Amino acid sequence: MSIVHPDQAVELAPGVHWIGALDPHLRRFDIILSTANGTSYNAYLVRGEQGVAVIDTVKEAFADDFFRRLESVARYDEITTIVLNHLEPDHSGALPELLRRAPNARVYLSSRAQMMLKALLKPSSNQAPPDYTPVTTGDTIDLGGRTLAFFHTPYLHWPDTQCTWLVEEGMLFSGDVFGCHYCDPRLFNDRVGDFRFSFEYYYAHIMRPFRAHVLDALELLEPLDIRLIAPAHGPILRHHPRDYLARYREMATPRLALDTEAAGEKTLAVFYLSAYGNTRSMAEAIAIGAERIAGVRVSLFDLEGGDTAHFTDLIEAADGLAFGSPTLNGDAAPPIWALLSSLTTVNVKGKFGAAFGSYGWSGEAVRLIEDRLRGLKLRVPVEGLRLKLAPDASELDACRTLGETLARHLVGEAMPREVDLASLS
Amino acid sequence: MPKAKVIFEDIGVAVTVPAGTRLIEVSEKVGAGITYGCREGECCTCLTKVISGGDNLAAPSVLEDQVLKDNMAPRNHRLACQAQILGGEVVVRPA
Ligand code: FES
Ligand SMILES: [Fe+2]
Ligand SMILES: [Fe+2]
Repeated sequence: MSIVHPDQAVELAPGVHWIGALDPHLRRFDIILSTANGTSYNAYLVRGEQGVAVIDTVKEAFADDFFRRLESVARYDEITTIVLNHLEPDHSGALPELLRRAPNARVYLSSRAQMMLKALLKPSSNQAPPDYTPVTTGDTIDLGGRTLAFFHTPYLHWPDTQCTWLVEEGMLFSGDVFGCHYCDPRLFNDRVGDFRFSFEYYYAHIMRPFRAHVLDALELLEPLDIRLIAPAHGPILRHHPRDYLARYREMATPRLALDTEAAGEKTLAVFYLSAYGNTRSMAEAIAIGAERIAGVRVSLFDLEGGDTAHFTDLIEAADGLAFGSPTLNGDAAPPIWALLSSLTTVNVKGKFGAAFGSYGWSGEAVRLIEDRLRGLKLRVPVEGLRLKLAPDASELDACRTLGETLARHLVGEAMPREVDLASLS
Repeated sequence: MPKAKVIFEDIGVAVTVPAGTRLIEVSEKVGAGITYGCREGECCTCLTKVISGGDNLAAPSVLEDQVLKDNMAPRNHRLACQAQILGGEVVVRPA
């Protein structure tokens, strides 16, 4: 039975309403996510004795639904407060119009959202910038008998994101976090269809790259006596809300910790493809060189066969990554690109990377891989090694040195060196 | 051309650069841990701590100042994609 009706807000508690919009026909979100069940843009309204707060808005195309639902429970001149948990267009699309209709409202957002707010309102240049106040963990707003408290939870899913806590009701307006793309007019988690897959898929694609930030946010949110989680997408979690926090904690924690962590060791994963065994020889020599440094555990993987999906977990956990490929038609081999393009779902920023490969004629692969590693925000502290055909004894030595130097970086014992900018490629 | 020196503390590398070079142009090439987003002084991803020699960097522009303020950057922090090295020696590390 549908709980959502056209033009009607849905009550979560007296004076607290869902005023969002359903988008059942969406099949792709942000180009990369499949949304078999569509999605919803959840916005909320909280009424206090001295003011009304609107928490988030909806995608612009759904603004009419949002405004009609809002009008069913409040007048625009009553709105004193607009809270923006996240300024991505799926939540801020109706904001410019809301600001026009609610001239008395002050906007509350995270400090990192300020630039985004200015950028967002730029196209409607005839609109005076709204009054806004940056808030962070510990800040509260009193609506009269109802208190909104803020939690700074950056990167879930943009640097600007925050969560808003309605103290008296134990309700957490969480933004993208704990959300999912699952559209169901039954709205509440104890009424909708089975959305467990969507919940986990959403975590894997939106939140996982920011796993460390998820754990920080859980530290802030777990102590709360949460009675209901009201995310910005998907079902409202009123039945066993804590289970969803627990599930996030599980998903954000590596399954089996490698004993390297306990031993304080660093890990280096070396991936390679080899047509004639030359790049393989290089990979093995790099591994041997790296193992000369105490406290570095090396793993070697041949990508032949091209199935790269299962390496994602391992790469997420590794401290250093080296990629070797021969040059085929002026490029690295496809499995390398498959592997490197799958890394957008994990955080590789700041890991140490290196590239190497043997070649016949031209040897472009190594530089192309290095560029991609830099694009993924890895640090590439050692220039990659390109070798023509089979490595000889001195070239294998160079491979071992590369492995050793990379390993020194991993353990923080890089030899200080002086270089001239002009000498760097 | 006048030269300057930048030291990236996190990887122990000292680089000699021509005066006027932006930190971003150097740090990326040597594999220092400073990361980038927009490269245009808006996103604050490249926030960098200046350990010493801050006076050897060109003063921040109005835009950079605003972004640093909006992101509550502590003192002695700069955007690597904006800060230009004027001369002498500067020691930096990722924020
Ligand atoms: S990279 Fe965005 S501010 Fe420097
Ligand atoms: Fe988002
Ligand atoms: Fe969203």
